[in-house]
Amino acid sequence: MERTALPGRLAWQLGRVVDIVDETPRCRSLILDVPDGIGHTAGQHVDVRLTAADGYQAQRSYSIASPPEDQHLVLTVERLDDGEVSPYLTEVLREGDQLELRGPIGGYFTWRVADGGPLLLVAGGSGIVPLMAMLRHRAAQHSTVPTRLLHSSRAFDAIIYRQALEQLAAADPTLMVAHTLTRRQPADWAGYTRRIDRAMLADVAGAPSEQPQAFVCGPTALVETVASALVELGHDPVRVKTERFGASGGTP
Amino acid sequence: MTTDDHHLDGNAAGGVLGQIFAFEMTTAEVICAHCDAVGPIGAAVVYATAMGTIVRCRGCGEALIRIAHGPQRYWVDFSGTRLLQLAAAE
Repeated sequence: MERTALPGRLAWQLGRVVDIVDETPRCRSLILDVPDGIGHTAGQHVDVRLTAADGYQAQRSYSIASPPEDQHLVLTVERLDDGEVSPYLTEVLREGDQLELRGPIGGYFTWRVADGGPLLLVAGGSGIVPLMAMLRHRAAQHSTVPTRLLHSSRAFDAIIYRQALEQLAAADPTLMVAHTLTRRQPADWAGYTRRIDRAMLADVAGAPSEQPQAFVCGPTALVETVASALVELGHDPVRVKTERFGASGGTP
Repeated sequence: MTTDDHHLDGNAAGGVLGQIFAFEMTTAEVICAHCDAVGPIGAAVVYATAMGTIVRCRGCGEALIRIAHGPQRYWVDFSGTRLLQLAAAE
């Protein structure tokens, strides 16, 4: 691995796994110590590169789950059955192992407390990850920017950060969290039970006149649906930021 | 976000572009040489493999930027980009 000295350019650096936290049956958070730091803004991502013994390399992008205020860098990775990188990260990687990282990447899908609000966050599945960095940044700064989160998951046990979100919302009257479960719901489930649609967004997104900054992240189909519905409801397209990931990410 | 797929959004090219250019490239605006569509690289469609990265126009699907990765070098083909607007550092 080379650490080039070109100013302003990204370079690969090593991160060491200091802890691993199971988030859901398919999803783990990797807590990384990165000696030189990444210096990110909430919403950004990093590239992760793996090199096999024969020299074959594979790399993927993962959103950063931790806020800039944290000492460690946290990546939350969902295992995809046909994935080349995620099965290694979610099943093989152990505490003490090292990973090559390059970042921070992305200047568009980012939020700082100074950017203000209100905030409207819409997530599909692991699309919650960059939004969680924003929520954690907001909490770390004791911000009271009114914030609404709509989080779509397939099933109750597949809700990434379910408990962490509960804790954040319980301690903060300016944060509202709504869930929808699209495939299976517990018997006593009181949340939504369908894919996100315009009616659901009309319920939870707040009035367009509040001019929220919207961040939408998830599989392409969900992002397209949500972004168009928000614009149809009267939200300014300029204030609707999206980040999508490919079809194999599945539709929560 | 996990992007374990070969068809990604333009942010996936931000890493390799950030290694080559000193500018934040996902917010750089490109004009497509094929269809004149304008947009940030982050909103384009990216196909990434171990061999290289292709950034395609979301409007017409033609290649805006092609980057091949070789030993100790990159080959960068911008023939599909008519104009690139970069935000200079303050």
